[in-house]
Amino acid sequence: MEFQFDWQAAINSIPYLIKGIPYTLLISFGGLAIGFVLGILFGLLSLNKSRLMRWPATAYIEIFRGTPILVQVLFIFYGLPDIIGAPINPLVAGIAAIALNSGAYISEVVRGGVQSIDRGQTEAGLSLGLSRTQTFWSIIWPQAFRRMIPPLGNQAIVSIKDTSLFSVIGVGELVRQGQVYIANTFTAFEVYFAVAVLYLIITLSLSLALRFFERRGLGSV
Amino acid sequence: MTQIVQMKDMNKYYGTHHVLKNIDLSVDSGEVVVIIGASGSGKSTLIRCVNGLEEYESGQLIVDGHPLSPKGGNQTELSAIRKEVGMVFQQFNLFPHLTVKRNIMLAPMKVKQTSEADAEATALRLLERVGIANQAEKYPSQLSGGQQQRVAIARALAMEPRLMLFDEPTSALDPEMIGEVLDVMRELAREGMTMMVVTHEMGFAREVADRVIYIHEGQIVEQGKPEAVFDAPQNERTQAFLSRVLAH
Repeated sequence: MEFQFDWQAAINSIPYLIKGIPYTLLISFGGLAIGFVLGILFGLLSLNKSRLMRWPATAYIEIFRGTPILVQVLFIFYGLPDIIGAPINPLVAGIAAIALNSGAYISEVVRGGVQSIDRGQTEAGLSLGLSRTQTFWSIIWPQAFRRMIPPLGNQAIVSIKDTSLFSVIGVGELVRQGQVYIANTFTAFEVYFAVAVLYLIITLSLSLALRFFERRGLGSV
Repeated sequence: MTQIVQMKDMNKYYGTHHVLKNIDLSVDSGEVVVIIGASGSGKSTLIRCVNGLEEYESGQLIVDGHPLSPKGGNQTELSAIRKEVGMVFQQFNLFPHLTVKRNIMLAPMKVKQTSEADAEATALRLLERVGIANQAEKYPSQLSGGQQQRVAIARALAMEPRLMLFDEPTSALDPEMIGEVLDVMRELAREGMTMMVVTHEMGFAREVADRVIYIHEGQIVEQGKPEAVFDAPQNERTQAFLSRVLAH
């Protein structure tokens, strides 16, 4: 028996699969938004002069960068309810996992971005009478942020793909929708192909948007 | 005459390396002091101590009546001094994400709460003064080195400093652009600005300085009127240094 790729089966699955996209996007961007806040917070903390201030950042970054995101979400979804005594919504668990995980990577992006700005910029700001805080937010941060855009885009794409793992906790995102559909139609190859194409559409749109955004900036800053 | 800078028995170390040794130096209001010396002699470190970009370990420093304690001073001391002391760096250190005009407007608006309109008027007036009024809307990277350094001078002047520090302001410039920057500095000196200038431009020192100071291995070994230091140096180290830099 020879395998025949059934285009019709792939196309037929799309209306059903598309129902998963809002969840994929909600978890990705909800998680990334919180992850960005965590990243700024811990990234700046890791730049602190005092070792005591740096260590919570180091611990956070090492723990969430050093363990698989699948384990993190399983821990949040199945483990935490035992401690807090209440079940956790799978969507919330997914957003929390993306937030904590991307936050660890974004902390490093923030640290690297800030450290890449020449010391002379800080000296110029201070010599003009600006405080350390003013110097940071009006001179260092805008330049550092511009340099952070490419690695932040990279992280966004990684996190979007990571949401596919959350099919294991029953969030109705793209992969989960595919699995349910396949259970009824037995067209695994076609449906996963369609799932892959939908991920590509999301990630490619993001890449293009980022490239546009980067070009609109001032370029070599 | 009021003294803008008073240094008494100042010492600075980098670890065990003794960078500044028992520096006693006063600068009068309106005086132009040029500091010369070999690289690594401590001349840049000396002027960077004046606005607290470098801390010193022992001795005394008073800038325009404001003391700056050893080991970095405190925030109150630093901000009091930095509001009155402008600095121009070798590498310009303009803010690349802001237009030329915004580079100049930033500090008056943030530090002195100057209104945007007033800050802009000041910026344009200063750009006129340094001869690049037509570049106000450009970004620093679109300017030549000489123009960038003139913007940096305008940026420092916008805070109406009582003292200007110049840390090798022409060392990063192509030779044909050195003149335009020195012209601006010469003009500033003529108008009575108090200046401390670290430079290798001996012609400028001779012409503009009220006093030339020669530093060797962290010590002031000779100082005086430019003609005295350049034409009849007393110390043999000064003689050796000058014969090396003036030979070509």
